[in-house]
Amino acid sequence: MNIKKELQVSAIENGTVIDHIPAEYLFQVINILGLDNFKNAVTFGNNLESDKLGKKAIIKISEKFFQDEEINKISLIAPHAKLNIIKNYKVVEKKIVESPNKVVGIAKCMNPKCITNVEAVTTRFNVINDSPITLKCHYCEKITDHKNIRII
Amino acid sequence: MDNKSLVSIDDYTKEEILEVLERAAKFEENPNCNLLEGKVVASLFFEPSTRTRLSFETAISRMGGRIVGFTDSSSSSVTKGETLKDTTKMVSNYCDLIVMRHPIEGSSRYASEVSDVPVINAGDGANQHPTQTMLDLYSIYKTQGTLDNLNIFMVGDLKYGRTVHSLLMAMSHFNPTFHFIAPPELEIPRAYKIFMDKNNISYYEHSEFNDIINQADILYMTRVQRERFADPLEYEKVKNVYILKNEMLKNTKDNLRILHPLPRVNEIAVDVDTNPKAYYFEQALNGVYARQAIIAKALDL
Repeated sequence: MNIKKELQVSAIENGTVIDHIPAEYLFQVINILGLDNFKNAVTFGNNLESDKLGKKAIIKISEKFFQDEEINKISLIAPHAKLNIIKNYKVVEKKIVESPNKVVGIAKCMNPKCITNVEAVTTRFNVINDSPITLKCHYCEKITDHKNIRII
Repeated sequence: MDNKSLVSIDDYTKEEILEVLERAAKFEENPNCNLLEGKVVASLFFEPSTRTRLSFETAISRMGGRIVGFTDSSSSSVTKGETLKDTTKMVSNYCDLIVMRHPIEGSSRYASEVSDVPVINAGDGANQHPTQTMLDLYSIYKTQGTLDNLNIFMVGDLKYGRTVHSLLMAMSHFNPTFHFIAPPELEIPRAYKIFMDKNNISYYEHSEFNDIINQADILYMTRVQRERFADPLEYEKVKNVYILKNEMLKNTKDNLRILHPLPRVNEIAVDVDTNPKAYYFEQALNGVYARQAIIAKALDL
């Protein structure tokens, strides 16, 4: 039983693998990380079997190493995502996405009567729950729950 | 950002609430003073209000301050498309303090971050109205002699009533027992039930408005608003269920006082007005003293 399981998305030499993305959020994650305009090789798989998530997505990005604040942006929609940093085909570091305590300028407040939806105000939220992630607007004090999070 | 601002009732700690109440009592003994002499207060009412605006302006006048401002946004440059940010920045250059009412939620917090002088929130949409809460607390404190361990009954629109929510948050420091009387359509939101559970506050929900109020120390009445109901039939069904009539007060406690943030429509029958337990008009007067104390605190006077 020493045969290595076939990879569903082929390996990369150097870069970052983002695993355990909920399948329905794959394209949002791509958007948030700006991968649609990325010049190096990006491979991804969607609707892969996952014990944890049922269906998951995975993205492999060549020659890209993210800053923490870049990657924490995706915690809003993929709170259980895991990152593998790959060098020379080997995993040299593992990271998990952390939900920040505060979310600034990433998400939209779901309250249409909130000042942030009326004037050009940078949105600010306190994270009041991790899973599912729940945001409380610093301005109008209304709750934006996981289902209603929209990324700016 | 100016931390002297009062935007949300959470901005005050328990100690600060008590400090402001003590101060309000002093202003009640001696309402006229010259603490605000030489100071200019901007009163920016982007939407009309009678009680709140007049009681703020009375408070400022009794303290010897000057008032500039407008009473609704049609007489301000908002009609020319000026943003709240620009209006606030400009006005904060002119004055020592801003009192602001605005229909948009969160506007007051934002203004407090843009302004160089403290901002007192006089109501931001359905969000917060902390000076109303302080005058409610002052009224409770004055009539009961304490804020601790009281039985507080809230009646009417508990879903949308911001005064109900803020009072609930503020009272949570003082070990209250809450009773909520409301139709299912207007029951207290789940977020507040979670808040009370977290803070070990006991509460009971009722849909009948009956002799359960005999246990009450405070009966906080609110208006059931027609526009809250999607179905007009539903409104017709509940609108007359939550009317307080004088005969219902027969077996209530002697120390019971009836509060209402006003304006009332028909939820308190006129025959209650002469009952010594009716307190809503004095409550409105307490607003002047509470606001004097809040202004003094904001300006470190």
